[in-house]
Amino acid sequence: MPRVSEIAGAVVTAPLAWAAQAIDPALRFWQRLTGQGGMAAFFLLPNMTVFGLFVILPLIFNFAYSMTSGTALFLADREFVGLAQFQRLLDCSDFTDPATCQEDQFLIAVRNTALFVVLQVTLLIVTATITALILNRELRGRSFWRAVFFFPVLLSPVVVGLIWRWILQRDGLLNAGMAGVGLEPINWLIERNWAFAAAIGVTIWAHLGFYTLILLAGLQAIPKDLYEAAEMDGTRPGRVFWRITLPLLMPNLLVVIVLALIRAVQVFDEAFVLTGGGPGTATLFLTQYIYEVGFASLLKNPGLAAAASILMGGVLVVLTLLQLAIGKRNEKRAKLK
Amino acid sequence: MSRVTAFLTRRRGGPGSILGWHWTDIVTFGWLAAGLIVMFGPALWLILSSFKTPAQLVEFPPSFLPFEARTAVVEGFDEPLPLYVVTDEQGPRTLAEVRRVGTVAQMVDPANPAEVQRVDIADRVPDRQFGLALENYTEPFVHFDFLLYLRNSVFVTLVATAITLLTNSMAAFALSKYQFRGRNAVMLTVLATLMIPLSVILVPLYSIISAVGLFNSLWGVILPTVATPTGIFLLRQYMLTIPDELLEAARMDHASEWQIYWRIVLPLTAPALAVLAIFSVVWRWNDFLWPLVVLSRREVYTLQVGLNTYAGELNVQWQYILSMTVVTMIPVVIVFIFLQRFITTGIAGTGLK
Repeated sequence: MPRVSEIAGAVVTAPLAWAAQAIDPALRFWQRLTGQGGMAAFFLLPNMTVFGLFVILPLIFNFAYSMTSGTALFLADREFVGLAQFQRLLDCSDFTDPATCQEDQFLIAVRNTALFVVLQVTLLIVTATITALILNRELRGRSFWRAVFFFPVLLSPVVVGLIWRWILQRDGLLNAGMAGVGLEPINWLIERNWAFAAAIGVTIWAHLGFYTLILLAGLQAIPKDLYEAAEMDGTRPGRVFWRITLPLLMPNLLVVIVLALIRAVQVFDEAFVLTGGGPGTATLFLTQYIYEVGFASLLKNPGLAAAASILMGGVLVVLTLLQLAIGKRNEKRAKLK
Repeated sequence: MSRVTAFLTRRRGGPGSILGWHWTDIVTFGWLAAGLIVMFGPALWLILSSFKTPAQLVEFPPSFLPFEARTAVVEGFDEPLPLYVVTDEQGPRTLAEVRRVGTVAQMVDPANPAEVQRVDIADRVPDRQFGLALENYTEPFVHFDFLLYLRNSVFVTLVATAITLLTNSMAAFALSKYQFRGRNAVMLTVLATLMIPLSVILVPLYSIISAVGLFNSLWGVILPTVATPTGIFLLRQYMLTIPDELLEAARMDHASEWQIYWRIVLPLTAPALAVLAIFSVVWRWNDFLWPLVVLSRREVYTLQVGLNTYAGELNVQWQYILSMTVVTMIPVVIVFIFLQRFITTGIAGTGLK
């Protein structure tokens, strides 16, 4: 008796196999005509078409958009203005005060994002490292505990945002708990600083497990005999951490820090669902600024949004190159060992 | 619970410990306990809240479990009347409310409906029992468009994942098994696309999608997402481990290159394909910013966009938002429970996300 899963598998794969066989004669002909080079082109074609149309072309267009003005969507209808959009974004008499800028929202978004990146990445990495260290101890049910910290990673940003909006609202669970122990309730999402803190906390909650997992893998790769030697010498745990664990974890730690930076710069979905950028502009971040200027506001300005996204893209390119360089170096080191 | 007790009995001991507890044991225990509450608590609270009636949702402080009010059919009244437990100088008793005027309620004893009693509302609490407001889950499907959103989300997720597996595995096959001019250029292009997240090319991508007529179409959501650089790297890495002799043997037997791809290489890559499929399903199900930009008509909204729109309305109907959030969460939780091993090894091995 074939099992249900086998039948289901056959139902799905049989038509696929038939289709694959059906196009084989045409591909044989192509192979005879063009040889291996032609086949390589054939296999690459679908993916590279998508890359070309939806990544490379937009990237080139982005520069064109950033040098034009107007509300027209298609490039042909837009007026060339050179670097005026960039000038507008950076036109400030005093960079410490957004009110003196022509595009004050942009500077506010940049400032919020910078502060967010510094605070969120620091707290996230420290928390993830502590969690990984604890999960790396001799622990019963480690996979259970790992799952506890990991599961929010898979939740959608909208779900994460709504869960926490429900908990942090005025009459929500957190305020009820605080009232229960005699504290004054706080309007978490209405007060500027608390809303900012909430955006940091919620994004950490959502991504902690991802970074913990990578760091845990790094910790488990550290040779056990080093710890045994330290134990025999009676080294204190603190010293073991600073002298053995941290130096050997450094490669993973660097990768994780750069990954966290790349994602923090682009922060959008969770914060957008949680606070909508508010109160006022307290949690307005760069990606939301681009989205608002390019699509959501009444006075759409695609050129300005493109210019802002190019500035953000520059930061991301630097960070990604850093990530690749670190990855290369780690690989080399692993080989040397 | 057994895990907690098992954990409790394990500790470091030795010098410098209090009652056999080293300070690192105490930190570990505190951290894990806090983690359990902070990480699981919010999702648990969401699920409990999603079964509460609107009246219960606005209560402060909120009750832990969902309850429903008990009612009684009283002689002389057409509708069932809500029951309250009254505690005043006459002692505790259960009465049904007839009407309420200011802070005073007119109530009757269900056994003796003729005699109307006046009760201060401070002296009574609703009489209720554990009960699930299941209409939170049925109403959004019947009266709102959530069935449509659900269908759109399933369509986007399945189609995008199928195309992703096909195109990425084809590209990975060419990049791992062929020597050809320009291979390094292609690899560099793939690497470069890693640097360009969606948020950077939002404006021009939107104009291209509009130009090819895919604005407000689910295909406009699907197509830009299917060529993932991480997918290509993952599959290529795996295909490099397949010995070339296998391919040579097949060529001897006059297999075409296309047959080698789908009859030999693809089946052998199944474990890596499974990992990519799981990730792709989670990515596409959770996508938010791009669908938000491309979809502006309610008929084509995905669950994420629809949910955000309802949650952004002036008068938020939390009873429906919460239940639909749970529905949106379900597929991902199922994936997590059954395929956790694939996901964790996938992330730890490749840094994929």
